[in-house]
Amino acid sequence: MANQSLDVVRQSAGMATPPSARKTMVVGKLIDVSRCIGCKACQAACMEWNDLRDQVGSNRGAYTNPPDLDDQSWCLMRFNEVEIGGRLQWLILKDGCLHCSNPGCLDACPAPGAIVQYSNGIVDFHEENCIGCGYCITGCPFNIPRLRRADSRVYKCTLCSDRVAVGLEPACIKTCPTQALCFGSKEDMLELAHHRLGDLRERGFAQAAIYDPPGVDGTHVFFVLPHGDRPEAYGLPKDPRVSPVVQVWRSPVARGFGVVTMFSVLVAGILHYMRHGPLEVPEDKKPEEKKEP
Amino acid sequence: MTNNWVDIKNANLVMVMGGNPAEAHPCGFKWVIEAKVKNKAKLVVVDPRFTRTAAVADLYAPIRAGTDIAFLGGVINYLLQHDAIQREYVVAYTNAPFIVREDFAFAEGLFSGYKEQIHAYDKTRWAYELDTDGYAKIDVTLSHPRCVFQLMKKHYERYTPETVSDLTGTPRDLFLQICAAIASTAPAARTMTSLYALGWTQHSVGSQNIRAMAMIQLLLGNIGMPGGGVNALRGHSNIQGLTDLGLLSHQLPGYLTMPLEGDPDLASYLGTRTPKPLRPGQLNYWQNYPKFFVSLQKAWYGAAASKENDWAYDYLPKLDKVYDVLAVFELMSQGKLEGYICQGFNPLGSFPDKNKISKGLAKLKYLVSIDPLKTETSVFWQNHGEFNDVDSASIATEVFRLPSTCFAEEDGSLVNSGRWLQWHWKGAEPPGEAKGDAEIIGELFVRLRALYRKEGGAFPDPILNLAWPYRVARAPAPDELAKEYNGWALADVPDPKQPGAFLAREGEQLPGFAPLQADGSTACGCWIFAGSWTQAGNQMARRDPSDPSGLGATLNWAWSWPANRRILYNRASADPSGKPWDPDRRYLTWNGKKWVGSDIPDYKVDAAPDEGMSPFIMNAEGVARLWAPAMVDGPFPEHYEPFETPLDSNPLHPKVISNPAARVYPGDRERFGTAREFPYVATTYRLTEHFHFWTKHTRIGAVLQPEAFVEISESLAAKKGIRNGDKVVVSSKRGQIVVKAMVTKRIATLKVAGQEIETVGIPLHWGFVGVTKPSYLINTLTPFVGDANIQTPEFKAFLVNIVKA
Repeated sequence: MANQSLDVVRQSAGMATPPSARKTMVVGKLIDVSRCIGCKACQAACMEWNDLRDQVGSNRGAYTNPPDLDDQSWCLMRFNEVEIGGRLQWLILKDGCLHCSNPGCLDACPAPGAIVQYSNGIVDFHEENCIGCGYCITGCPFNIPRLRRADSRVYKCTLCSDRVAVGLEPACIKTCPTQALCFGSKEDMLELAHHRLGDLRERGFAQAAIYDPPGVDGTHVFFVLPHGDRPEAYGLPKDPRVSPVVQVWRSPVARGFGVVTMFSVLVAGILHYMRHGPLEVPEDKKPEEKKEP
Repeated sequence: MTNNWVDIKNANLVMVMGGNPAEAHPCGFKWVIEAKVKNKAKLVVVDPRFTRTAAVADLYAPIRAGTDIAFLGGVINYLLQHDAIQREYVVAYTNAPFIVREDFAFAEGLFSGYKEQIHAYDKTRWAYELDTDGYAKIDVTLSHPRCVFQLMKKHYERYTPETVSDLTGTPRDLFLQICAAIASTAPAARTMTSLYALGWTQHSVGSQNIRAMAMIQLLLGNIGMPGGGVNALRGHSNIQGLTDLGLLSHQLPGYLTMPLEGDPDLASYLGTRTPKPLRPGQLNYWQNYPKFFVSLQKAWYGAAASKENDWAYDYLPKLDKVYDVLAVFELMSQGKLEGYICQGFNPLGSFPDKNKISKGLAKLKYLVSIDPLKTETSVFWQNHGEFNDVDSASIATEVFRLPSTCFAEEDGSLVNSGRWLQWHWKGAEPPGEAKGDAEIIGELFVRLRALYRKEGGAFPDPILNLAWPYRVARAPAPDELAKEYNGWALADVPDPKQPGAFLAREGEQLPGFAPLQADGSTACGCWIFAGSWTQAGNQMARRDPSDPSGLGATLNWAWSWPANRRILYNRASADPSGKPWDPDRRYLTWNGKKWVGSDIPDYKVDAAPDEGMSPFIMNAEGVARLWAPAMVDGPFPEHYEPFETPLDSNPLHPKVISNPAARVYPGDRERFGTAREFPYVATTYRLTEHFHFWTKHTRIGAVLQPEAFVEISESLAAKKGIRNGDKVVVSSKRGQIVVKAMVTKRIATLKVAGQEIETVGIPLHWGFVGVTKPSYLINTLTPFVGDANIQTPEFKAFLVNIVKA
């Protein structure tokens, strides 16, 4: 939904001249994996604040519940057991939207105003404008947005844009008991993240690193990873980029030639093909679930 | 906790063993993270499984469930062999120099004085050798062969790293790495905090598990120190308050004890409970027992308790034996109990051997369940298919359900693990017919009293004369009860040091426990809570988080018993001359006239260091006990196997396998299984997503952890053909459950006494009511035996079998 106290700087399928009168802070959420105890309080707070109630599922031999992100679970703790250097590690990752500076979802979306980016960096879905095509899902290098079949709209974490708009921290931040989640200006959060790397390196995590991928011009939700050389062990893509097809789709060149409509059909076709149709995904072809015990 | 949650931040080493705070205490665990981030502390975790606490640990070691004393005994041996102890502390502040009687011995797993017929010890041979004045003899050189230090050295020299590794399954090099980390806190300026919970208490040697760590902390000089201590993390938000208020059958409020049949009158009762000092010059604070007890009787019986009637001593029941929960359910199963009032408790889920509990409940005439939720206990008579397969028609027990409030629907205080009494305010009105617990009990009492008034009865006096001064008789209010626990002066209490001055005037709330009197001039419902609601108002409601010293002594946040003190035994944070051991952690200092510092001194505030008073003022010795002759199962912790052991033996002493002083009822002994039938070690536990059996009634809790499961190693899974997510049957001698299996690297296969030991981890939260998937109660599997000292059930180590369903 539109939130009048936030300035939209980009929106899907249309380029408004962004408002520039207000100076807004560019925000960042730091997820310090080394302080996270996988308590799922963030997951509970997300459901509470956003009035979401997922189904009571069943145990499938994993601590990750529900099994995947969905329209009722915008935040999900994923648990990965890996051995690194002969030592067992239980890597716990808070999965959800990373709020890319260059959001592939927004670029891919053909519905005007269904996806917006605010001046504070938050990428928000305005479901009332969503046409349920699912291109945002294809455009996302992190496999985050989820289509709700009941209303053919796509949902994901809003970074509590409604809370942030009135000067509150996101619900997950407020509830985190160990300050594994911190929220503030991206600049401050990066400084905090750098500070944490020192401690981790002293503790023997020589490869500790900040995960703020340049392939999407950085993200507004970013991580401190003790095993920074192995983001895929946590379930994060090693080098995420917006798909070239999506980039061409949004390029000024394509616009300049006035073939946007035609090109749209073509690219939409390609995107559609890539997804085998958003409403007819067979069970075994669903977006790959990350391996977990 | 000897210390408190905030104080964990001061630690150099956080040792988590017998607990899993990241999962069971996630909010308190923030202080462990704080210690790591701000104090560069190391976190060590020893646990049968790799937990979420282990996930953020610097060092993790697996251990076979039920072998903690073997491990900790090995640590004691390591510290003594490597002289990694804080010797000045040990000599001055512990009973290491005390000399023990000549007839003490330990052989073949038994301490001297064992009486086989009654499975109990005659403890007189464990006493100190006394001089002609009745004081214990000591040798400060620690060289006397019968001094505690030498006895301890001898006792634990059997616990070599090889023996430890062979018993516990902990790899030897990991064990030694942990020993070295622990030993690194022996210097005066370094501390280790020990965090434990039910992983240590729920064993047939539970109390001795904790004793073993207390000994280690004393050898290292870590008791009384910021960042030190032996810290029990309590399993419920107010279970500390429960014990403080004496809601155990053998206790009275403030850790006073119930009279026994052998205490026919007040003089004999007080005589056995008021200790004489065992060393000269000691404060021996329990010498004030009569003041605490008489003030309690005045709070309970008011004017009806007088000097003439021995302060109504005859009104109190005299115990003929212990009535712990296991004993009560044994009586119930024998058909010797007619009714049971069950308040905020779900025994069908929480007590061992569910089938035995269920049969016991079925023999009652009536059962009352006072609870905000529909507990399994309150519907034990309903058939829930395989999950509760009872014949409802054959159960005649009448069940009353009295809906009560949740904590957020009432004012009151909770006592946290760190002994803080924190007042809280009602957030919502209770739904429907629900009433607060005090109102329910108040109404029951008023009606019972009316019946006694009308009908008399064998001995109505204790009921008719119970003081009941509440504004609304059927509903005592939280503030009224809190003021009563604090206590008030019934007459002016003169100040013995200043003639003409008073410690409290008649009718005033008491400022603390110091003014309590044994002459009936003060009333106090729980002496350790004195000071929580004074003339200045409700101290528990204070919310000033300032921490002027930076050491976590937030004296104006809530109120901590005793006397708002944040670290117990804090006199021991300074050396015998009164200087802090650690110049960077100046907690308490002697300034020439009195003790000053960040906290309320746990000591006589004006006792100069050269007076020779020792820091452990609650002990008759004045010092802390490495040797504890009051324990029923031995003055030193000794490794005994769980009652269901995978070894069928005890490699340390094959003739004495399990705790010889534990109580086992005859019918229950037959319900123990052997390793032949049930080859795998089982241990039960909680998960972050749920709080006991409560949150399975909430949708979000149910979403986060929806269905019962057990955790097994990859090798056990391969051996049994079990795949991740398969349904499995887990059985013990007492019953079976069918649940999902989680196959995980986090449970290790251990090498113990030449065998491969597999562990089955069993989380406990599900049941047959609530919004999670219906399930068996896992205490269907657990054995009906408890800790020898306090009867906490052995939920943490028993035997099961597992097969694919």
